[in-house]
Amino acid sequence: MERYCRDSISQWSKRMKTDTEVDPITLAVLAGRMEQIADEMDATLFRAAFNPIIAEAHDASHGLYHATTGDTLVQGKSGLPIFVGVMALGVKAVIDKAEADGDLQDGDIYIFNDAHIGGTHLSDMRLVRPYFYQGELFCYLASVGHWHDVGGAVPGNYNPAATDVFQEALVLPPVKLATAGRINQDIIDILLRNTRLPQSAQGDLNGQLSALDLGVSRMDELLDVYGSGTVKTALNALGDRAEALMRAELSALPDGRYSATDYLDNDGIEDEPLDIKVALEINSDELIIDFEGSAPQCAGPVNISLPTTIATAYVALKHLFPNLPANAGVMRPVKVRVPEKSLLSAEFPAPTGGYTETILRMIDAIFCAAAQASPELAVANAYGTINALSIAGKRSDGRPWVMFSFYGGGHGACCDGDGLNHGNAPISTATIPPMEILESAYPVMFKQWALRPDSDGAGEYRGGMGAVYEIEVLEENGAEAFLFGERGKFAPGGIAGGQEAAMNVFSYENNGEWKHPPMVSKMRGIKLKQGESVKLETPGGGGYGNTARRSAQRIARDVARGLVTGQRADALYGNAWRREKS
Amino acid sequence: MSESVQKNTAQSQTGSIAGVDVGGTFTDVFVLDETTGMAKVAKVATTRPDQSGGFLNGLQQQVSELSLLTAVVHGTTAGTNALLERKGAKTGVITTQGLRDVLEMRRRDRPHTWGLRGNFEPVVDRQCRIEVPERTLADGTIRTSVNMDCVKDAVKQLLSQGCESVAILFANAYANPANEAQAAQLVRALWPNAHVAVSSEILPEIREFERFSTTALNAYLQPEVSGYFHRLENALTAGGFNGEFMIVQSNGGVMAVDTACRLPVRTALSGPAAGVIAAGYIAGAAGYDNIITGDVGGTSFDVSLIAAGKSMLSAQTSIDFGMVVRTPMIEITTIGAGGGSIAWVDNGGFLNIGPESAGSNPGPVAYGLGNDRPTVTDANIVLGRINPDKPIGSVKEGDGGALDKQSAANAIDKHVGKPLGLSTEAAAEAILRVANSRMAGAIRLVSIERGFDPKQFALMPFGGGGGLHVCAMLSEVGIAGAIVPRYPGVTSAMGCVIADMRQDFVQTINAVLDGIKLDELTGFMQQHVDQGNTVLSAANTRFKQIETGFELDMAYIGQTHTVPVPLLVDVHNNQVQPLNQSRLLPNGVKRVINLRSTVTGIRPKFDLSTLAPDENTRAEPPELRRVHFTDRWHDTSIYNRLSLPAGTVIQGPAILEQADTTLLIEPGYHGRVDDFGNTIIEQA
Repeated sequence: MERYCRDSISQWSKRMKTDTEVDPITLAVLAGRMEQIADEMDATLFRAAFNPIIAEAHDASHGLYHATTGDTLVQGKSGLPIFVGVMALGVKAVIDKAEADGDLQDGDIYIFNDAHIGGTHLSDMRLVRPYFYQGELFCYLASVGHWHDVGGAVPGNYNPAATDVFQEALVLPPVKLATAGRINQDIIDILLRNTRLPQSAQGDLNGQLSALDLGVSRMDELLDVYGSGTVKTALNALGDRAEALMRAELSALPDGRYSATDYLDNDGIEDEPLDIKVALEINSDELIIDFEGSAPQCAGPVNISLPTTIATAYVALKHLFPNLPANAGVMRPVKVRVPEKSLLSAEFPAPTGGYTETILRMIDAIFCAAAQASPELAVANAYGTINALSIAGKRSDGRPWVMFSFYGGGHGACCDGDGLNHGNAPISTATIPPMEILESAYPVMFKQWALRPDSDGAGEYRGGMGAVYEIEVLEENGAEAFLFGERGKFAPGGIAGGQEAAMNVFSYENNGEWKHPPMVSKMRGIKLKQGESVKLETPGGGGYGNTARRSAQRIARDVARGLVTGQRADALYGNAWRREKS
Repeated sequence: MSESVQKNTAQSQTGSIAGVDVGGTFTDVFVLDETTGMAKVAKVATTRPDQSGGFLNGLQQQVSELSLLTAVVHGTTAGTNALLERKGAKTGVITTQGLRDVLEMRRRDRPHTWGLRGNFEPVVDRQCRIEVPERTLADGTIRTSVNMDCVKDAVKQLLSQGCESVAILFANAYANPANEAQAAQLVRALWPNAHVAVSSEILPEIREFERFSTTALNAYLQPEVSGYFHRLENALTAGGFNGEFMIVQSNGGVMAVDTACRLPVRTALSGPAAGVIAAGYIAGAAGYDNIITGDVGGTSFDVSLIAAGKSMLSAQTSIDFGMVVRTPMIEITTIGAGGGSIAWVDNGGFLNIGPESAGSNPGPVAYGLGNDRPTVTDANIVLGRINPDKPIGSVKEGDGGALDKQSAANAIDKHVGKPLGLSTEAAAEAILRVANSRMAGAIRLVSIERGFDPKQFALMPFGGGGGLHVCAMLSEVGIAGAIVPRYPGVTSAMGCVIADMRQDFVQTINAVLDGIKLDELTGFMQQHVDQGNTVLSAANTRFKQIETGFELDMAYIGQTHTVPVPLLVDVHNNQVQPLNQSRLLPNGVKRVINLRSTVTGIRPKFDLSTLAPDENTRAEPPELRRVHFTDRWHDTSIYNRLSLPAGTVIQGPAILEQADTTLLIEPGYHGRVDDFGNTIIEQA
């Protein structure tokens, strides 16, 4: 059985009703003005947010959405890439709810985090607000931000052993946070009672409300000047433009069906690999992205909901065609086909906390398939896991501490050259906290914060290097370590004949011996004594093109720099590079 | 100290001060005769690769004898260019065991959000980054003392690899510099030159990548930039100059040339910062405390904000991907929309401006130097806004620099008019509208991000191209008025003459507010003041007064973003108390992250009214030229701007021309010459 997401796809093409004409220049001006409104909403939340996941890592997003379909009309440039696709579906959920209830008013604000309705995971709190102009619903404004903690079994909500959403966090379906401009304090009280960090939650919520307020006043100013007819026409034209750009890109590619398969190590509960299969079917200026054959829904938290799957397809396309605008029009010539009851269309209450791993693997598979259509189009696989590592314990005075961070790895190579060493995940733009900040806040010391030699996938152009982080516990009470990672059994792939990169390796010291956890990259509660360390060796990026084509100069330079060992270089490339002067 | 101050006071009463701003295309000179209060300006072509040729040429155009100058103050992009073009010296790094790759790993970011392409080469090659056993913990405890034999070996190895400069980068050196200091002492004894940069000396602030990057970039620049300053200094001395040679820093203050040689990383935004300083001073004198400056150059539009007379400072900037410099800088936001930005229509039938730019060479189509795609300047030429027979500050010498209007029109037709079905004029108007809209967007975003409403500000355009877009900015952003300085093309050079001698210091404290050791804090404050005063008294410059300021970067525990809290120092009671305690969280535990101190020598200011049109000025009768506005051609009066007496009011449409700038007053606006010779533009 498979399910076509026809409903959600046909909605991408809906246009607003309007009689006004708009000239191409006004269109360009309006496009800039509206993008800027979304950018200003982003800036407002980043400035106001209390929690560093939003303030520093920009794990948030804002935009303007279609009044009846929820389609993305405009989205801020600085928000998290994955939200570019997923927000529209969250807004649609609110539209459906409001329609069913039949009581939508100016000044209403909906709030929810239910990942089965709005995509991603429960940490992402969404606020959706209808925008009325002169008494008429014009569009929706929305704000999403990753809160620090929303309750559940594990602080920060990354529970690798969760088997349903209730073990992950409080689940809030779309409810009215404000009615006709009046905030319902009851909802806030419920939220703040269900988090370990109420102050942080309150701060983030205030920032999101301010961002929405700013959006409303900026939209009023814009419509006062241009009139709602002109702006609606412009929005239609922008959707048409996005569609035309996408069709032009697709037309340039050879027709055909290109498929690829990749795997998740396991779901954290059962140690069995999970297939992620994709086929890209290009037919003239249209594309079908078909995930048929992907694994069924699983017990652990690497399931994702249907909205997340569609959003991920969008993110992958935006990486393949980076000049396309963030507008739903680009999806009009694209169909996404997702098999029912698969881990890509998981049903409530399946846990989705580790959604990042699954969507990274989908992007990897899509890139490998796209490279078959055109090697220049794609980049090889990046390191492919966020490696959420927490080290936690109690200080001698009894105070608990939790050091939680995501770690980086190598980016894939492409036809332009070698991949980036130590980059961030394709679904995110988050930076890593400084080692000195971590050491000053927690009783740990980094013995290594370094590139990991020989972790690249070889090729004409090699992938970027992964990293080695070795962390010693200084606290005399010891500590416990938790890891949510992937790529421990299946390496990031190369494209166009490039080779695969090194896999993720997690090890820990135990009475003078280095050990590896049974689930490879997923682990709960590893006990560490003072002076013992954990070591995370992250994957590099996949290679591009045949190793025979790599220039001797590049090989010799990598060896001289100690990024590739001489012995490995000989094995991969032959020893001609040894005659090269570095 | 008092002797030298007196000596220089005596000198400066008889001499002149020169400000020299060397940009990519032009070298601007602003000379102020302190005896008469008269100012003179010059604009000459920048010489490459050695900029000292244009530098001296410009000075000599306005000063008969260099010995008449008491001071030369220089705004430069030499440091920025060396970083962007990777022309620094071969540099080595000596660092903590396990951390040799910090510079290359950055903060785990990527060059572009979308596409996952692009790479990064740190300025120090991995082979030249050597680890030594040593470790300091976050609380300052030394866990492993530094192995001096290894340091010695590292020096040998780096020298044998041909390194000219070296950076010492140790973990947690902000918390306890002892290991770094011990290593530095040995390295300095062994290193054959002065190019040794130490992270705890340059930036004793928490965050290893930012500290290491700033220090390594400093080392990378030291040989090149100090060489450049020395060449300039020698050329000046050879020309008879024996006054003080100073360099503008990115924070808008000046420093002595020997400090600049030691800390070249502080010159990253030197030239643009000087422009903002001058803009603030000119606006303040004319009665405007809140302004947004907009500098339209060949490839970019730079926006900066001055609120209540103070320019905004940002803590750090990225010169390029992965090249982070953390030192206070005047906050300047740049977008890629300038006179040379190329207009094009994409597959979706959408008109775009930039980011590709024709720059100044080949430049706009009308320059006839090989570019055939239309630019913003071409649109201005086709619409009659720029005089094609008398172009501003032409780079080409000798040929009179006439511009090829027809080729510009053809290019606009081909690349914009035809695809969009527009006439030449309509296509040119369209290019300007989209370009103006992008610049207006930058103005809005800059003010919003700082929490200001742009409507509360006046606009000050400067640079060669700002005057052409000023009315469009006013109507797009909804700003009431603009103030155009009398010499907008040499604002940065003027800023060099105005800037104070400012030094910034930082020290990470990283302690809970209640547990803070006051002795330690005041000790650091005293140390900063002493260091600052030493530098000021060594300078051969006279100061009106010396100002000190202190701030604490504070945060609630758990927060990573800090808020600067000014400290009020009561010297009589020897007590310190924080100001500004708004937005408090009832239960938050406050943490002091950094102490920031400034010590500023305030230099005497000159009276801007000396630049004003003199009383005998009589306006020359205007010429008429056909200029296109919105949808038709208007007979437009063209005035010689500098000939207009104070108090003149010119109704738009009109164009005010001067040697290096064209000021466009659109229909519906008027321009008034104020007592300083600025033109105030408002809605009629």
